[in-house]
Amino acid sequence: MPEKVLELREIEVRYGRLPAVRNLSLELRRGEIVGLIGPNGAGKSTTLHAIMGLVPLAAGEIRLHERPLRGQPEDRARAGIALVPEGRHIFAALTVEENLRLGLSARRSRDGVAEDRAWVTGLFPVIGEYSHRVAGTLSGGQQQQLAIARALIARPEVLLLDEPSLGLAPLIVETLFETLRTIRDGGVSILLVEQRGALTVRAADRTHVLSNAELRLTLTPRDAEHAERLTEQLTAAYLS
Amino acid sequence: MTFLQSLIDGIGLGAVYAVVAVGIGLVFGVMRLINFAYGELITAGGYTLALLSNAPAIVAIIVCFAVVVALALLQERIAFRPLRGAAPATMLIATFAVSFLLQNVYLLAFGSRGSTVGTLGGLNTAIAVGSLRIRWITIVATIAGAALLGCLTLVLNRTMIGLQLRAAAADLRTARTLGVRANRVITAAFAISGVLAASVAVLLTVQSPLVTPDYGVSVTIFALVGVVVGGLDRLWTASLGGFAIGFANAFVGDLLPSASSQYLPSVVYGLVILVILLRPSGLFAGRRATAAERV
Repeated sequence: MPEKVLELREIEVRYGRLPAVRNLSLELRRGEIVGLIGPNGAGKSTTLHAIMGLVPLAAGEIRLHERPLRGQPEDRARAGIALVPEGRHIFAALTVEENLRLGLSARRSRDGVAEDRAWVTGLFPVIGEYSHRVAGTLSGGQQQQLAIARALIARPEVLLLDEPSLGLAPLIVETLFETLRTIRDGGVSILLVEQRGALTVRAADRTHVLSNAELRLTLTPRDAEHAERLTEQLTAAYLS
Repeated sequence: MTFLQSLIDGIGLGAVYAVVAVGIGLVFGVMRLINFAYGELITAGGYTLALLSNAPAIVAIIVCFAVVVALALLQERIAFRPLRGAAPATMLIATFAVSFLLQNVYLLAFGSRGSTVGTLGGLNTAIAVGSLRIRWITIVATIAGAALLGCLTLVLNRTMIGLQLRAAAADLRTARTLGVRANRVITAAFAISGVLAASVAVLLTVQSPLVTPDYGVSVTIFALVGVVVGGLDRLWTASLGGFAIGFANAFVGDLLPSASSQYLPSVVYGLVILVILLRPSGLFAGRRATAAERV
């Protein structure tokens, strides 16, 4: 079994008195894609924000390589966590190349930058092609590619993706999921938050279903073989 | 001819206001904080120069830069960093507090009568071109202002810290998730704004050599007005606003009869109200400009 990279131990996040995530435990091993699906407000994005250090934990612990993961978002980025936020949050006024260079901020060493740059532009050729364009002029799909490329150029161990398929055409979404598998095969562990349940269950090694701030169900690609049963399972979990 | 003379005076004054506007705009960009204590940095530079009036000019200027940059960094570290997560109004009030505190420290240390700066006093001599009189300080201020803004543009566009500053100004939260250290970029912004304040102190004390505890207040308020007039959209609109205020001051000063010169600020502020009514986002800001894309 591959080594454990990231572990969430009974974490709890509260917004005021309202729990956004309750008693959530999950783990991510090297080279795995783990999905996190569920209805709006289930606590999926909050989980990613907690890992990145954007919201504080009310209880529990997050561990990276068996060590507690703490500190400001920039410290966590430097420890090997990268977040591709919902809505991409690329720097629209900066060029594609400048966006990519910002991704280098999280690297502790400059060694291997050229190789990683080649790897990233290999994954997303459009990044190399449009490097001098202002990022705000790219299409939605291209911006999503840039956001992922910007995260990957830091050579993270864990890639947190928050609804990468949002607003993209179906064909582009398929390509995106294929690219995610290639990235995983490159040794990056991926925690994927998605709205597209069936697609995620098929693509991920394991998919956890969150509803009402709690983990309700864990599915594997085998559960996706029977589409109708999967829909029933998901509906039951979503409504629980 | 008086028009040309006003134009020349306006350029000299405008260059100084433009530098102050950029110093304020830079910190605003990354922190969303208008530092009203910026003027006290200029005053600190003025007092340093006054104390070192007998020293060689180059020594006085170097010490002035060191003192002002150190004070800018201290402001950030002691007063603003602990309040970083606080409400914007709290931060704003804190800058007023720092401003009043420093003014009173200056009052206690140097008294209310003012200290005179002698450094670079020779730049007040003028050269005559036809019937026009151009003081050397006008030329020096213009060149220095352009050089400072040019260097800043180079730093922002060509260096990693410059890129991080621009990213932090657009979206600090996202920049931090990419590994950009908030403390580092904010410290850099304060340090650069300190360098700009020190430069203003050197240029301004040549033109008005009497440094009083509230020395930097009026220039800061005028520059802030410039920033509002120009638009906080980007640094260049802020600096253009600074220039505009310099020009307005020189022209209105020229048009007003000398007996009515005390009404100069009222007339200038009246014009500002007009601009804000007609173009609320600033004279030079794009129509669709959003506050998210500063610097």
